[in-house]
Amino acid sequence: MNKPNETRYRERIWQTYQEHVRSGQPVCLLGIETSCDETSAAVVEDGTKILSNVIASQAEIHKRFGGVVPEVASRRHVENITLTIEEALRLANKKLDDIAAIAVTYGPGLVGALLVGIAAAKAISFARGIPLIGVHHIAGHIYANRLVTELSFPLVALVVSGGHTELVLMREHGKYEILGQTRDDAAGEAYDKVARALSLPYPGGPHIDRLAQEGTPSIPLPRAWLEPDSFDFSFSGLKSAVLNTLHNASQRGETIPPADLAASFQASVVEVLVEKTVRAAIQVKARQVLLAGGVAANQALREQLSARCQAEGLPLVIPPLSLCTDNAAMIAAAGYISYRQGKFASLDLNGIPGLALTDVAE
Amino acid sequence: MRILAIDTSNLVLSVAVADESRLLGEWTTNKQKDHSVRLMDGIARLLESLELEPEDLDAIAVAQGPGSYTGVRIGVAAAKSMAWSLGIPVVGISSLEVVAANALGFTGGIVPLFDARRGQVYTACYRSHGTESLQVTLKERIVLLDEWLLLLSQSVKEEPVLFLGDDVALHRETIIERLKDRARFAPSAYNHARASHIAWIGQRRISEAKEAHLLNPEYLQMAEAEAKWLAKQGR
Ligand SMILES: [Zn+2]
Repeated sequence: MNKPNETRYRERIWQTYQEHVRSGQPVCLLGIETSCDETSAAVVEDGTKILSNVIASQAEIHKRFGGVVPEVASRRHVENITLTIEEALRLANKKLDDIAAIAVTYGPGLVGALLVGIAAAKAISFARGIPLIGVHHIAGHIYANRLVTELSFPLVALVVSGGHTELVLMREHGKYEILGQTRDDAAGEAYDKVARALSLPYPGGPHIDRLAQEGTPSIPLPRAWLEPDSFDFSFSGLKSAVLNTLHNASQRGETIPPADLAASFQASVVEVLVEKTVRAAIQVKARQVLLAGGVAANQALREQLSARCQAEGLPLVIPPLSLCTDNAAMIAAAGYISYRQGKFASLDLNGIPGLALTDVAE
Repeated sequence: MRILAIDTSNLVLSVAVADESRLLGEWTTNKQKDHSVRLMDGIARLLESLELEPEDLDAIAVAQGPGSYTGVRIGVAAAKSMAWSLGIPVVGISSLEVVAANALGFTGGIVPLFDARRGQVYTACYRSHGTESLQVTLKERIVLLDEWLLLLSQSVKEEPVLFLGDDVALHRETIIERLKDRARFAPSAYNHARASHIAWIGQRRISEAKEAHLLNPEYLQMAEAEAKWLAKQGR
C-alpha cells in the first residue's frame, strides 16, 4: 500500500498494519478458501507455520452428482463459512485481534463459490479493520510448499489439479511466469473422464491411481509432446485414445483388463508431466522443483518425478497429501508475501473465475 | 439500538442504518449488477458519511431471499460474517416482505412478486394492519404465475390486490386479465426494496435473532441438481 488515502477503512487498516509491523510480533494470517467444493479457513504464522487448517469438505455430497455442482457448493459455503473461520481461530488459539491480515482466494474457480469467501473476508476486514489480501488459487498451491520448506529461486512448479495443468517459473517471491499449460483438458479432468469410461466412481484420480498399481502399462497410448521446445500439455488426444481402445475392444467382443488400461493411461500422463518438468527445470537452471495441486497426491507421479529429479540432481519438494488438495493454509502462506510488500486489496475485491496467474504479479 | 440493514437479494442494492426512532441514512441503487463489488464499499461509505464506525453498530438485518441465488448469498455471507466478527445479533428478513413494506397502509392484498423463470414467480400475500405492521396471509412460495393468480382471485375476496416489484411489468397483462378491476399497480419507487424497511422490521424482530452461524439464505427451492437426484432416488 502506498499511502493511506481518504477513506476511513483505508485509514484503519493502515493503522493496523503499522502497529503490527512496529510490534515485531509474528505475523498471523487468516486464510479463507472457497474456490471449489472445500470450505476452508486457516491460521498461518509468518507464511510458514500452520497453526490451524480447517477443511469442511463437501466431497461426499458431490460424489452423488458425479462432479462438483457449483450451486450446491455455493450453498454449503454460506452455511459453513463463519463456523469454519471460528474453528480455525479456536484451534490456533487466536482471536481476530491477533490476526494481521485476511488472505482470501479471489480466482480462479467457481464464481458463485468464490464470492462467498470473498464476501465473508471483506465483511470481517471492514468490521474489524484488518487488512485484506486477494490470493490467486494456483499461487496458493505453489506456496503450500513453503509450509514444508523454504523456497529457493529460480524454481519450477508443476501445478496439476482437476482444473489446472501448468508449469510455472518463479525467480522471486510473488512473481510468476507461465512456461507451459494445457491446451485442452487439465490432467485431473482427463483422469475423471477416463475413470468414468472405466465405470470408476468420481473423483476418478485416486481410483485410477490405485487400479494402475495392479496393472501393467502394456497398451500403447500416445504421448502428446507437441512442438519440441514446447512446455504446453494436451490430454484430450490421450483421453480419446483410451475411449477408442475401449470401444474397439467391445466391437470385437474382447475385454481389456481395466487395470492395464489404467496403468497405460497413467504412464502416458505421468511421463509427459515428468519429462517436461525436468526439461524446464534444467533449461532455467532451477534450484528447486515443486509439485503442487490435487493431482500431486498421485502415487505414480510422486514416485517418477522423485526418481527423475534425483537422477538430474534437482531438489524436489512435494507437500504432504493434506496440503496438495484445496486448503486455506496455502492461501495464507501465499498471502504472506503480499503482506510483507504491503499490497492490500480494497473492499471492491471481486471473484474472477478465469483469473490468470500472471495478472497477479505487478 | 443502531441497526445496519442490507439487501442484495435482487436487482436493487440497498443499505441503511437506523436507530429505534429514525432512519440515519440509506443508499439504494438500481444498477442491477456488481453487488459483490459494491456492497462492502457501499456500507463503508454510508457509515463514513454518518461518522460511524463498525463498532457503533448494535445489530444487523439482511434480506435473506428469495431472489437471485448469488445475490442472496453475497448479502447473507456479508451480514453473518460482520455480525459474527463484531459479536452482535443478526436477523434475516424475507426479501418479499421488504418490498411489501413499501405499501404499508394499503387496504387489500399486498403481493410482491419476483420473476423466477419458466412462468414461475417468488411471491406471497400480505395484509397491512393500519400503518403498524404487516402480516403474511399467503406464505411465501415459488409458484406458476397462472396458479398464483387463480389462488389470489379466490382467496382475496372483493378487495383490491396491489402487485409490487420490478418484474410485475413483465406480467401486467396477465394480471389484469385474471383479476380485472381489482388489480392495482404501484408507482415505480414502490417496486424497489429499501433497506430502511429492513432496518424497521429488523428492529422489531431482533429478539428472534439466532447465532450468526445459523443465518442462511431462504432460496425457496432446492438446487436443481439436488432436486433431480432426489427424484431419481424415489423412482
Ligand atoms: Zn486447487
